[in-house]
Amino acid sequence: MTGPVNTSPRTSLLAAYGPILAVALVLALLPLATTANTVLNAMVLALLIALAGQGWNILGGYGGQFSFGHAVFFGTGAYAVALLQSRLGLNAYLAFGAAVAIGAAVGAAIGFLSFRSGLRGSYFALVTLAFAEVFRIVANASPWTGGASGALIKLDMRPENFQFASRATFFWIALALVTAALVATRMMERSRFGAYLVAIRENEDAAKALGVNTFRVKLQAITASAAVTAAAGAFYAQYFLFVDANIAFGTWISVEALLVPIVGGLGTVFGPLIGALALHGLAEATKALAGRLPGADLALYGALLVLAIAFAPNGVQGLFNRLKGGFSTRRAA
Amino acid sequence: MSEPLLRVEAVSKRFGGLLAVDAASLVVEAGGITGLIGPNGAGKTTLFTLVSGFEKPTTGRILFKGRDVGALAPHERAALGVARTFQIVQPFAGLSVRENIAVGAHLRHPRRDDALGKAEAVAERVGLADRLDAPASGLTVVGRKRLELARALATEPELLLLDEVLAGLNPSEVRDIVPIIRDLRHSGVTILMVEHVMQAVMSLCDTVYVLAQGRMIAEGPPAAVTRDPAVIEAYLGHGAAARLAAREAAHG
Repeated sequence: MTGPVNTSPRTSLLAAYGPILAVALVLALLPLATTANTVLNAMVLALLIALAGQGWNILGGYGGQFSFGHAVFFGTGAYAVALLQSRLGLNAYLAFGAAVAIGAAVGAAIGFLSFRSGLRGSYFALVTLAFAEVFRIVANASPWTGGASGALIKLDMRPENFQFASRATFFWIALALVTAALVATRMMERSRFGAYLVAIRENEDAAKALGVNTFRVKLQAITASAAVTAAAGAFYAQYFLFVDANIAFGTWISVEALLVPIVGGLGTVFGPLIGALALHGLAEATKALAGRLPGADLALYGALLVLAIAFAPNGVQGLFNRLKGGFSTRRAA
Repeated sequence: MSEPLLRVEAVSKRFGGLLAVDAASLVVEAGGITGLIGPNGAGKTTLFTLVSGFEKPTTGRILFKGRDVGALAPHERAALGVARTFQIVQPFAGLSVRENIAVGAHLRHPRRDDALGKAEAVAERVGLADRLDAPASGLTVVGRKRLELARALATEPELLLLDEVLAGLNPSEVRDIVPIIRDLRHSGVTILMVEHVMQAVMSLCDTVYVLAQGRMIAEGPPAAVTRDPAVIEAYLGHGAAARLAAREAAHG
């Protein structure tokens, strides 16, 4: 697995964080341009997928540990935020924080079991897939989680309940979460932890020889990854006030979480966001164009993924960098 | 006499039915260059993996600065000051030369800027200063060998295990790398090297150990060891020492 060469090593703080703030500011203006609920709803969903993908990207993009079951973290976050409120009467914001923490704990537990037994590559992917399925079946069967009818958060539209009448408010909260994840990813990229994580992706034995405790670094990575994806799940439940097992632990979110970084750029800060906006923008456009042809948007999804892997193995961002590099060398020649 | 930097005591390693290393012992004194030679398949690389911690010995003890490190993981031994290079180079192919070396430098320098600074200093030492921003995958064979050396050095080891750093290089490239190794020794790094390039072993090593079929069959200064009949036979076959001696006598 070779990822892109990171950006130049001693970038200033402005060069490192400036683009993130600029993107956040531009996106934040969107609700001022449109008040259409459909557009805002699609944008909230795209940001949510970007957040879930941002979590996957920490472990998969930077660490090279491909999970096929990030639904387990998404679903844990979603169910936790719903059940902590409906069953235990916890405040919505506290429940949100707790849901992220519980997601992280599930990540640490799965990471401990898989990495302790030395699972790599496709074996690790299969184990994460199996965990997600087990969680889905249990959530679907257990009366405590509401079984097949799912779990509801009581509608009580007040800001102190993390419930807002305006979709724009949810949009800004989702954007704030994504921005926080972008900043955290950039900080990670510029830290020893980030350097070690990428070293493990590139060559685990060489990393060990250089003093990297690969087990600990991978465990930290899956914990952070799970926390971010759990935040996306918790936000999802809080936004729709409902979860069931097939939404929370379904393969759809495992696929989305890995698809958006792959399309956008594996192991890059902006990859998941670019991928989510590109895929969901395209999905919305095809839905509008081929509205009466069911599944047309899904077929397009598949075609796009094939194209992305064939022509842009480092994602949209990698393609962009390559074109830029190509032009500058041609100019130099 | 003070405790040697590394003491390998009657170490054996068994892989199923194969006894790869058979009660081998060796001592590496601080400040010197010790060579480990032997025919192909003698168990040299296996012995290296035991010292660096990638495999655990079946029996025997490995003492680093008097401490038994036999049960420690590779990263723990690296933290104590044991670094290794790989016979088959293992670059982080997707990263630049600078980032490759910085991974090693991070062991003693948690801050990114310090690690990058250290990486540049090490690159200078091994002759990679002008390739810092090149992707590691774009390096030539000798460039990759330099990188392998640089990453290990960046961990600031006391004991450096070099596994055939000169293998696959042409004579002029060997002449480029040998002075680098000599410089390392002068800067206080103790070196244990597995090497097939005898010209380099003769000129660099103070002491040479000879491993054959997992057993240590000779040790001593390089010139003496290469005249040892047991060593000649290990390389050239049974009776070779006697034939050589006879031929020398005949030619008078």
